[in-house]
Amino acid sequence: MKGKSKLIGLVLAALVATGAAAAPVKIAVIMPSATTDAAFSQSMWGALLSVQKELGGEAAISLKYTENMWNVPDAAAAIRDYASSGFDIVIAHGSQYGSSIQEIAKDFPKVTFAWGTDVNTYGLPNVYAYTAAAEQGGYVNGVLAAKLSKSKKIGVTGPIEVGDAKTYIDGFVQGVQSVDKTIVISKTWTGSFSDVALMTAAAQTHIASGADALTGSSQSVVGSIGAAKGKGGVLWFGTQADQAGLAPELVVASQVYDWTGMLKDILAKRKAGKLGGVAYTLTLDNAGLKVAYNPAYKLAAAVKAAGDAAISGISKGTIKVNP
Amino acid sequence: MKGLLSWNVLSGILNTMIGLATPFLFAALGETFAQTAGVVNLGVDGIMLLSAFAAFYVTLSSGSLALGLLAALLVGLAMGLLMSFVSVTLKAEQGVSGIGLYMFGLGMSSLLFKVLIGTVKTVDGFKPIAIPLLSNLPFVGPILFRANILTYCAFLLVPASWWLLEKTNLGLKLKAVGQNPAAADSVGISVSRVRYLAVCMGAVLAGAAGASLSIAQLNLFQDNLTAGQGFIAVALVYFGGWRPVGVLAGALLFSVANSFQLWVQVLGVKVPSSLAVMLPYVLTILALTVTANRARQPAALNKPFERGES
Repeated sequence: MKGKSKLIGLVLAALVATGAAAAPVKIAVIMPSATTDAAFSQSMWGALLSVQKELGGEAAISLKYTENMWNVPDAAAAIRDYASSGFDIVIAHGSQYGSSIQEIAKDFPKVTFAWGTDVNTYGLPNVYAYTAAAEQGGYVNGVLAAKLSKSKKIGVTGPIEVGDAKTYIDGFVQGVQSVDKTIVISKTWTGSFSDVALMTAAAQTHIASGADALTGSSQSVVGSIGAAKGKGGVLWFGTQADQAGLAPELVVASQVYDWTGMLKDILAKRKAGKLGGVAYTLTLDNAGLKVAYNPAYKLAAAVKAAGDAAISGISKGTIKVNP
Repeated sequence: MKGLLSWNVLSGILNTMIGLATPFLFAALGETFAQTAGVVNLGVDGIMLLSAFAAFYVTLSSGSLALGLLAALLVGLAMGLLMSFVSVTLKAEQGVSGIGLYMFGLGMSSLLFKVLIGTVKTVDGFKPIAIPLLSNLPFVGPILFRANILTYCAFLLVPASWWLLEKTNLGLKLKAVGQNPAAADSVGISVSRVRYLAVCMGAVLAGAAGASLSIAQLNLFQDNLTAGQGFIAVALVYFGGWRPVGVLAGALLFSVANSFQLWVQVLGVKVPSSLAVMLPYVLTILALTVTANRARQPAALNKPFERGES
């Protein structure tokens, strides 16, 4: 009888172990804007879907998201809810969520947290941090814009002078000036990540002042692209996600954040027992950043060569871009 | 600073102002009707959002801007009926009802956008129409007479609203139920019917405001597209003292301040951007403070009407 019980116990343990091995990794992501914003949030959600597909679909990875979390206390509540309801990895995709992660991660030592854009893991063993060297793609876009601008006036629209919105624009300015220091670059900050109407007006103002090339960062730049679309000859340079689909005739290139490599590394590390403690930076060199040329835009070979040279120079370290 | 004084920049500031003022005019003039009849509708932003989505989706699907506009107006009407039913028939607290309507519009437009469209797309919206002769006038021609059809409608709505409120029987009834609904009721005016009409008129115009964003100015839809413009429109009604001309003044002041701060940044004037973006709000608060004592608020504003109660 004793031997029989032992055998049943072993079979049950094996069944549980098999079941545990087959259980999908549960990942939740909290985002400031919509998964369809054609920018920051979409870049992460797209990467998660891509990783899920590559690693075995829903049987391997279960995904949940909470979007439009502009309000940080609401986001903090969502982070805590996910952590306490059995999720293995909770991603807080926004630099405004840092203090929430710092506070909540301590209460859930078995849950992996990831947040960005920043490099601070707060010394916690279950927190990963990530950021993007947005200035690198900004520099490449700046080189292209400087080569293509005929009016020698370029407009930049941004939300608030913080985070990758600022570093992208700083890199863009360096790229333009590396080609032609006489080009006038005007910057407009709307004070909002979400005010599409004001971002549109900002772009229209640049165009009215003579700019024939525009760029910008944040979820609201779709308004700027819309403004440029109505004006023949005005070009757009995108960042965060591939924005060519919004206006194929005027988007020259986009810096794309590709979080897939980082996400796969976090999954591998977690599987190996390392729940956090690493900071990632997407760069052109590690392929976390990519410059996607718009195939629908006929880019002159010499201009593309200049862009490629900038990518190569930054990757090899011969071109230094200050964030 | 010197660059700000050129004709080119002045023309640019005023041109941008006209575009920015368009949705405010539709929404605030509509809200003026509702408030004149005694109903505060804080759901204007939600109506704008759902109407903006409807206009965009129908235009994207059918290729017809007219159908898109019609869809926006019908969505506005439906939400106006909903607001009227809750605040007039059920006599619910108007502020809370309006916030509920706003949240419904915000959430529903986001949900429908995700399910029916999925990602940000663009449409070819209403194009500017140059008015013959007038558009060739020096300086003012390009500013005032090369706009899209919805912008012309928004500005023409100002004298039309004044005429309706001041010169028609309907205007008198709106004022009567907003000032003294018991007295209006005693002379045979149906307070409920007039309030339903006023709220629905306002909601239809909020629908036009939403359409002016998604198929005339921005030509796209994104979550929370209005970014709170509906709430500014409600504030403009107070600013304007429940008068169409006052609303026009408020909409132009807010818009010109916004346009000015954009040009200040574009021209590289040494002002911190955070200060520049505050300018429209600071000016509006100052103007509200100055005009607060002169405003004539409808006496029965925000008060549900119950026959037999004074």
